Amino acid sequence: MDRAHDLEHPGRRRPSRRVGPALVVAAVLTLAGCSGGSPSTLDPGGTGAARIADLWWVLFWISAAVFAEVMVLLVWALVFRRGRDTRVRHGQPLRFVAIAGAGVPLVILVVVYALGLRDLAALGAGPGRDAPTIEVTGHKWWWEVRVPGIDGATANELHIPVGERVRVRLRTADVLHSFWVPQLMPKTDLIAGEMRETWLHAERAGTYRGQCAEYCGTQHAHMALQVIAEPRSQFEAWLARLAAPARQPTTEAERRGQQAFVQGSCAGCHAIRGTGADARVGPDLSDVGSRWSIGAGAVPNDAGHLGGWIVNPQTVKPGSYMPPQPVDAQRLPDLIAYLRSLE
Amino acid sequence: MSTTTAPSPGAGQEDLARLEAHWGERASLRSWFSTVDHKRIGRRYLVTASLFFVLAGTSALAMRTQLARPESNLLSPEEYNQLFTMHGTAMIFLFATPMLFGFGNYLVPLMIGSRDMAFPKLNAFGYWVFLFAGLFMWASLPFGAAPNGGWFAYVPLTDDRNTPGLHMDVYTLGLLFLGIATTAGSINFIVTALKLRAPGMSLNRVPLFVWAIVATAFMVIFALPALNLDNAMLFLDRRFGTHFFDPEAAGNVLLWQHLFWIFGHPDVYIIVMPALGIVSAVLPAFTRRGVVGYVLIVLAIVSIAIISFGVWVHHMFATGLPHLSYSFFSAASTIITIPSGIQIFAWLATMMLGRLVVRVPLLFLVGFIVTFVLGGLTGAMFALTAFDQQVTDSYFVVAHFHYVLIGGAVFPILAAIYYWLPKMTGRMYHEGLGKWAFWLFFTGMQVAFFPMHLSGLFGMPRRVYTYRDEPGWDVWNMVSTIGAYILAVGLLLVLIGVVHAIRRGRPAPPDPWCGDTLEWSTESPPRPYNFPVLPQVHSLHPTWDQPSRSSMAEDATPDRILADGRRTLFTSELDGRRERVVEMPEASLQPLLLALAMLVFFTAMLFAWYPFAVAAAVAVAVIIAWWLWPPRRPEEELGVAR
Repeated sequence: MDRAHDLEHPGRRRPSRRVGPALVVAAVLTLAGCSGGSPSTLDPGGTGAARIADLWWVLFWISAAVFAEVMVLLVWALVFRRGRDTRVRHGQPLRFVAIAGAGVPLVILVVVYALGLRDLAALGAGPGRDAPTIEVTGHKWWWEVRVPGIDGATANELHIPVGERVRVRLRTADVLHSFWVPQLMPKTDLIAGEMRETWLHAERAGTYRGQCAEYCGTQHAHMALQVIAEPRSQFEAWLARLAAPARQPTTEAERRGQQAFVQGSCAGCHAIRGTGADARVGPDLSDVGSRWSIGAGAVPNDAGHLGGWIVNPQTVKPGSYMPPQPVDAQRLPDLIAYLRSLE
Repeated sequence: MSTTTAPSPGAGQEDLARLEAHWGERASLRSWFSTVDHKRIGRRYLVTASLFFVLAGTSALAMRTQLARPESNLLSPEEYNQLFTMHGTAMIFLFATPMLFGFGNYLVPLMIGSRDMAFPKLNAFGYWVFLFAGLFMWASLPFGAAPNGGWFAYVPLTDDRNTPGLHMDVYTLGLLFLGIATTAGSINFIVTALKLRAPGMSLNRVPLFVWAIVATAFMVIFALPALNLDNAMLFLDRRFGTHFFDPEAAGNVLLWQHLFWIFGHPDVYIIVMPALGIVSAVLPAFTRRGVVGYVLIVLAIVSIAIISFGVWVHHMFATGLPHLSYSFFSAASTIITIPSGIQIFAWLATMMLGRLVVRVPLLFLVGFIVTFVLGGLTGAMFALTAFDQQVTDSYFVVAHFHYVLIGGAVFPILAAIYYWLPKMTGRMYHEGLGKWAFWLFFTGMQVAFFPMHLSGLFGMPRRVYTYRDEPGWDVWNMVSTIGAYILAVGLLLVLIGVVHAIRRGRPAPPDPWCGDTLEWSTESPPRPYNFPVLPQVHSLHPTWDQPSRSSMAEDATPDRILADGRRTLFTSELDGRRERVVEMPEASLQPLLLALAMLVFFTAMLFAWYPFAVAAAVAVAVIIAWWLWPPRRPEEELGVAR
């Protein structure tokens, strides 16, 4: 398992997970090894999730010990205390009950509570004042991503510089959602009428899958996002792309596609920077060609799925707010070509 | 029905005949609708709640089938969302609490040595309301109009803008309607347990099951108003344009969550507590000793009932409230595990010091301990705000509360079914069939829910109708689905076992288990008047002590036979000293009529037929007045009651 180090507190030593190596390896294999490519909380990519993963292992071993204790007593009774002898017995070992049921748990719980407080405080510390800020707005059922001071927007994808804490401001346009990137940071709910703040920190470059974690209606299942952690220079390039107009069409087909977009129904809801289409009902599509998926995780982003989505999103993501589009069969390949070219 | 009546040595044939005349009910259609017998009502609660359990369980199987494979199209998202909402709502409101209230209704008067509940008509009324409210809610499903906002119904998703249609009106009105039944039942339990205990049953001789039911009833009375208020406000917001939860008009969406969880967390204990009472009631018979630490368990029950009102914010750890309040609620949530720990170790000590008789009810208790302890351990983890924020609303929490609720409620309920089946039906169940049912249910439960810990830790959020195969959640979802089917087969065997017992089971003796509480001193099934002679209680285990037993036989006195009417005894709240004889009400159609009028009212409100609603409200008022009208009685009869 690839473990993150706490870059910002290099002097602090984390509890080693290599105690009792054999058992640990076995547990890690079962728990993390089989997680496939999942966004596992036990495979943290940054400080926030790493803290929780460490806390989890402490809790796991304590729980395992308590469970083992209970099982030993239970099995002992089942093996050695069977009997046909039905005389009624008395005797009240209250001291045993008080110590095993209250005393020992109290000590454990106080320790665990202290650890929990420590991590709560750490997660609440937040990024510094001049940390980069990203604004995320939840919609049914996609994520709008903006950066303060920059006009452009993107959707279901946000970039952060590796090794830096990034402030994330969370708002919702409609119902409650919850922002969760399991490998980076625990959840923060998006509350209607209020603003919430969290932060992200990735120790390793890479993509981290996130998903809405508060039930938000029909397509709650398809409200995923990706966090791309990359070196500072690439992050700045992303900011520059966000500020710039979308790529201009270069082929004839793309040009026809752009025309179809701007003059057709698309522009009624979507924006593409530099084309005059600036509606904000649906996601800004200025960089749709380079996104990881269509429909916030509903299907992969390729020409076939894109065409299917445009013609009838309701078969791909039933309940989504985009109605089927009456696109001319001849125009569709052009439109696809144009949208795919927007990177 | 068993008629192997050996005339009680305490009450003569003449007394028995008179008791039968006053309490007995002829099997007729009218008596079916008018009965106020707590045993018939209790059985109805059990059967009706089981029916709702089957519906909610079938919903779960449909969902598990959908989730077995990634991107499956078996259910549409709308269907899936209605199913998971109805699954949760029905399991919590229409199965768990009514099922346990059913056992309470049947057993509390028997365990405390009374002839009925304190308010038999209110009891019948509560059942009819429960039945109608349950049907009211389930009837929406075939029309595709079932609630679809989750059992927790968070605003603003559930407001009229985001969820138009009847869905959430069914939810708010259904729960308000049902709340009447739960409140009525709770008041009845409290008064019954405080006033109708047999003489000599001082508070320190009250069976732990009764303690648990009474504590639960108090929790219901304090918790339910928050839910009712919430639902009333949501209904007003949706239907009449108020703005309690509308942030654009200075309403507050978190208000819903606070009120919901001020009810919702105590509700977890409202479900688990009576079930823990069942554990304490069943264990003595199969360990051949009283439960260790009676006083500690009573203290644990009372402290849970109180502390559970101070932990609700742990359901809101991700909403971004101030950290200071989080640290308080985190501490309270941590502390509340201690009373549960005390109970677990008291039961373990009971088993270690007793002699175990391994029959089906005990197997289910063992399954309870294994499962509930696992659920409790993950529960303690959720008390830690930071950890909670990571795994809440993921499958980890789904695993956690199924361990708590199946472990803490369904296992004890199944133990209770096998344990009290001989008492309720007069028939023994088939032991082999019961053991198969246990092993399948136990295995299915672990296989279905343990992997959810993993899929949750691997980042799978809950309440998703499908998922892409890419993240590697598919293996664990498939395993869970297989487990769910094994679990269902186990439950099917329980059902077959019950039907088999009723049809083919051998007749049950009055006390097949040598149990320690008073229900075992009645016939199986008990006569309509329960006890020919009301007992004089001398200990915590009355059927294990000779003086209490003989008080119902050779030491019977006429002042405890009371064969001159439908009578039972009032005793003092603390010491159980005899106070006076009370006259109990006769069978009546008023409870059914009142519940029907309320059903018309809520249905009219649902469809916005307001004139009908007004008419139904008037009918409700008239029936209540008729119900409360003082009976005409001759002077001398009134004098007897003193």
